[in-house]
Amino acid sequence: MCMINVKSVSKSFGMKQVLKNITLNIAPGEFTTLIGPNGSGKTTLLRIIATLLRPNSGQVTIAGLDLNTSSHAVRQLLGVVSHHTLLYDNLTAYENLLFYARLYSIKDYANRISMVLDKVDLTESKDILVRTFSHGMQQRLSIARAILHNPRVILFDEPHTGLDQNNSVRLDQILQSTSTSGNTVLMITHDIKHALALSDKIAVLHKGEVVYQGSTAQLSFDEFAHKYHEIINV
Amino acid sequence: MYNNNQYTKTSQYWRAVRTIIWKDLSIEMRKKTLVSALLIFSVMVTLVFTFALDLDKSTKDNIAVGVLWVTFVFSSTLGLNQTFANEKSQNSLEGMLLSPIDYTAIFVGKFISTYIFVIIVEIIVVPMFYILYGIPLFSPLFLLIVLLGSFGYTLVGTLLASIATRTRAREIMLPILLLPVAMPIIIASVQCSNAILSGAHWGQFSNAFNLVIVYDIIFLGVAIMTFDYLIQE
Amino acid sequence: MPKPNPRLQLMTVSSLILIILSVYMVLIYAPREIIMGDVQRIFYYHVSSGWIAALAFLVTLITSIIFLATQNKSYDRVAMSSAEIGVIFTTMNIVSGSIWARPVWNTWWTWDPRLTTATIMWLLYIAYLFLHAGLEGHDRRRHITAVYGIVAFISVPLTFMAIRIWRTIHPVIIGSADPDAEGQFDMTARMTTTLLFTASTFTVLYFTILWHRVRIQSLFEYMSKLQYQMYND
Repeated sequence: MCMINVKSVSKSFGMKQVLKNITLNIAPGEFTTLIGPNGSGKTTLLRIIATLLRPNSGQVTIAGLDLNTSSHAVRQLLGVVSHHTLLYDNLTAYENLLFYARLYSIKDYANRISMVLDKVDLTESKDILVRTFSHGMQQRLSIARAILHNPRVILFDEPHTGLDQNNSVRLDQILQSTSTSGNTVLMITHDIKHALALSDKIAVLHKGEVVYQGSTAQLSFDEFAHKYHEIINV
Repeated sequence: MYNNNQYTKTSQYWRAVRTIIWKDLSIEMRKKTLVSALLIFSVMVTLVFTFALDLDKSTKDNIAVGVLWVTFVFSSTLGLNQTFANEKSQNSLEGMLLSPIDYTAIFVGKFISTYIFVIIVEIIVVPMFYILYGIPLFSPLFLLIVLLGSFGYTLVGTLLASIATRTRAREIMLPILLLPVAMPIIIASVQCSNAILSGAHWGQFSNAFNLVIVYDIIFLGVAIMTFDYLIQE
Repeated sequence: MPKPNPRLQLMTVSSLILIILSVYMVLIYAPREIIMGDVQRIFYYHVSSGWIAALAFLVTLITSIIFLATQNKSYDRVAMSSAEIGVIFTTMNIVSGSIWARPVWNTWWTWDPRLTTATIMWLLYIAYLFLHAGLEGHDRRRHITAVYGIVAFISVPLTFMAIRIWRTIHPVIIGSADPDAEGQFDMTARMTTTLLFTASTFTVLYFTILWHRVRIQSLFEYMSKLQYQMYND
């Protein structure tokens, strides 16, 4: 059975066709990276899976649930880390998480919040306003927000953007630990190095089409980088 | 199932509404910029009217209610521009759209918190009018019409603010969209307030009063039915 | 590629002939009104353009609702085109009324309920067109403008009711007459025939323009698509 099932999805904005008949299956517990140059449609695809956009045609199911008919149940299963932190600058870290805990109807929210804060190493800063956080701290809190309701599927939209070396390594550790705890992860990025290091499977999106799909097990960095540049330069 | 909630749908809905209101009020308690800006603006509008119209005693009595409502309309519009603008900075509106809540709960929550801000401003502006214009503003019926009138205005304003934030010139777009739609409730509220304060009996303003209520109910229905279409991308 | 449509050409030619005939009807066939004189003849176009404005905005409402229900883009094109035409005919209605009012009411303008409602209706649909322009290129433009089309239409009768609280001096030619109205007159049989003829002429003209406008819009969208393909393939 597939966790994320994307079946012949197309999407256009006005005249521009961003996604052309995309089909993609992701098995439970798998860490998949979707890689592609800017404008390849990867953010659009992620937003469709996240129920934020509706495709013009095609169907997406998550854990067998259709996105159109059971969007509430799907959203309960999804955690999304996007470009933006989706946090409120004038609330503390704890208040931000409390806000989302209530929206997700989490019963033992106090425990959950301290657990995720611990996981992203922000327990000490929990009563500090988010606007005073560094970019890396905000990014980690954003991950805490995304995993707060214990989602089975986590979507990451270019999580490494704007992070320094130190924070980037820390992020990798968090990403690794989320996937080893049995979650299905879909990450989009244009960074080949991170894609290969973290994921089990890799898919290349180019001009709205999936042009390559495969396991990362036998893939070396140089080999893949060569292949990738060959694909996107055609 | 991973679904770790056993709450009913209704209680879930109202918890989402309460959470959004709690969030907006907590932010405002911390920043205090919105309500204070609206108050300063209201005082300035009142002063501009007072000097621009060079009011003597008799015109003062005739015009006070009109000036009061214009002040409400201007400052509410200013406040409404902020409600969705606050959600823009870290795209937190998207955070709400991602959560398993009914989208109209976002509308109801944002509307109620804006309405609370408007009421706070009115609580201070109404006594100010009592001092400056010396007319008996403290009648229960008058206060009721102030609440009902600003209910309708804020309601339609919240709905249209969610549209205006999507356009290119959003600050200027909200008044253009809102003022003509809000015209009936502004006219009826002014008529009603004038009648009440001049001591008219119920029969003389019942039509205007009923119209305010009808407006509130109709647009509450319209807003709930159409908000889903407006908020999605 | 859409071809020239012979039925549309037929409608265009018929509208032209009907307009020429209506000018004859209004200026020569219809009798001269005793009190107001020739200025009364503007009444035929005034009422007809008012009727078309109402029809056009009703069409915008209905097609907006159908669009939201079916998501079929052609209804959105009709809604927007009809609103544009409605704004033009409202302008004609207001201007012709003003020209008539100068000799009869001795003023270009007065804040009578019908005049005020017409003006606010005019502003509402100008705001609608503004919104349409302000959402250029937005993925949800059609949904958002459809909702505003519905909101705008609902507020028109409410505005009329709100302003009715003031007394009217606008004559009521069709339906019950108000004895206080100024510029009242009784219609003769020839006048009725002329009015019905101009109203029908305008109706044909409205559908002709609407058809042209929708066709231009489809051609424009088709052209943008070709342009896009040219630059991207």
